[in-house]
Amino acid sequence: MRRAPLVHGLRVARALFTSQYALMLEYRAEIALWALSGVLPLIMLGVWSGSGAGADAGLSPLQLSRYFLAAFVVRQFTIIWVIHVFEEDNLQGRLSPYLLQPLPPLWRYLAAHLAEQATRLPFVVVILAFVALVLPGTLWWPSPSSFLLAVLATHLVFLLRFLIQSLITMLCFWSERAAALERLQMIPYLFLSGLVAPLETFPEGMRAFAFATPFPWMIWFPARLLSGGEVDLAAGFGALAAWIVLLLPLTLLLWKAGIRRYSAMGA
Amino acid sequence: MAITLSTFRRYRRTLARFWATSLTAELEYQANFLIELLSVGGNLAGSVFLLSLFFGHGRSLGGWSWEQALVVLGVYTLLDGLTSTVLQPNLSTIVTHVRTGTLDFVLLKPIDSQFWLSARTFSPWGLPGVAMGLALMVVAAVRAGATPGPLALLQVAVLLIASALILYSLWFVLAATSIWFVKVWNATEVLRSALVAGRYPVAAYPAGLRTFFTLVLPVAFLTTVPAEAILGTGSSRWLLASVAVALVSLAFSRWFWGFALRFYTSASS
Repeated sequence: MRRAPLVHGLRVARALFTSQYALMLEYRAEIALWALSGVLPLIMLGVWSGSGAGADAGLSPLQLSRYFLAAFVVRQFTIIWVIHVFEEDNLQGRLSPYLLQPLPPLWRYLAAHLAEQATRLPFVVVILAFVALVLPGTLWWPSPSSFLLAVLATHLVFLLRFLIQSLITMLCFWSERAAALERLQMIPYLFLSGLVAPLETFPEGMRAFAFATPFPWMIWFPARLLSGGEVDLAAGFGALAAWIVLLLPLTLLLWKAGIRRYSAMGA
Repeated sequence: MAITLSTFRRYRRTLARFWATSLTAELEYQANFLIELLSVGGNLAGSVFLLSLFFGHGRSLGGWSWEQALVVLGVYTLLDGLTSTVLQPNLSTIVTHVRTGTLDFVLLKPIDSQFWLSARTFSPWGLPGVAMGLALMVVAAVRAGATPGPLALLQVAVLLIASALILYSLWFVLAATSIWFVKVWNATEVLRSALVAGRYPVAAYPAGLRTFFTLVLPVAFLTTVPAEAILGTGSSRWLLASVAVALVSLAFSRWFWGFALRFYTSASS
């Protein structure tokens, strides 16, 4: 007898998540190192705190440090690595058994990412606690509303970045250089997202250009929300939603075309 | 092992052979050149833009002017290019060798295993970074009004070699810990992300971080000290310290490899 699709879906999601979580716990040492390799915003906080440039852009030292700490947290929960796993699975032929299962493999990768984030959470807390020790008075309790909105925004960013990387990943079906494209995509992300500099400090023209790309919404917007700054909620969530709506059908389309090509090659 | 002239010649010949074969192999993938050029160019443009945000309105970065800070960025780009050319392609394979047990074959070769692991391949795709770093260093130094004499240039060369050796030792020691921890590749990611701090003169950081970047993770010796020598603001004390740090870390990497090998038990055991 068939169960209601929703109940069935929930059971599959739970099984996927718990199994992936168990798997990720095995690699907790590695994940701790990954968490530690995201220190860039904290290094940049060091440079910004000694420069008068932040104050010129209207950011107090406290606002600056909160912004970079928030950027650090947002980055930790929006790290995507699907392309590396997929490349390996594709190369080693593991993709074929996955395709036989009655579940699109992208769900498996999505569950793996969520499980990895759950494993990462305690390490992020430890790093934040360390920062709180070194820089007392920097940590803050965000208001419940801005905290919830920031969590929502971070999840949307996660989804958007997952879609972007999946889109590039799908190119693996056609080209061996998909990973190189991913690396190139990381460059504007690095400099325009707000990971290394708050967007307020950009010159006028550059800021307008950055906001026309999806990048500032990926770090600057959620980080500013989390650090309690003023943000245009409608513009931020609107931009994230628009990019997701644009990329979702494109990714699914490429996935279908790619799968057809994969079986056609008989690899 | 005494280093005689003939062993030196043998190693030099082997190195030339190693790099010639890897160059031939890599040139099969010429599209990589365009990708790397775009990647290095994009990263450099982004870094210059980011650096420019700290200047204007008569501001300086820890007492460094815009042109002087660009010299630091040039040294960083040069070292980063060197990392992609030699360090990363070679040292990333140590992990694989340990995991799959092929380190046995390396150890059996009639050549020093540290030399083989550190110099076996050469990736020409890091060279655009080296070239752009050098160019930025020279252009920025000229615009900063630096007029190094022959002696100063010699000092700069010595300091750059010292930085390269410190960087190598850091990478090698970290990669060698894979004898115990096998999947250590993430640790080199941590190192690479922390070394990004070398894009800025160490004086730009608050006191605590400055100490950390000088004594714990020697970022100061990697980029700031050579940049000071280029600009003629360095002192012989720092020169000596830098050479000492380089020699000590090289010797340590040598000792550490021998120590680590005592714990190597091959993969199939």
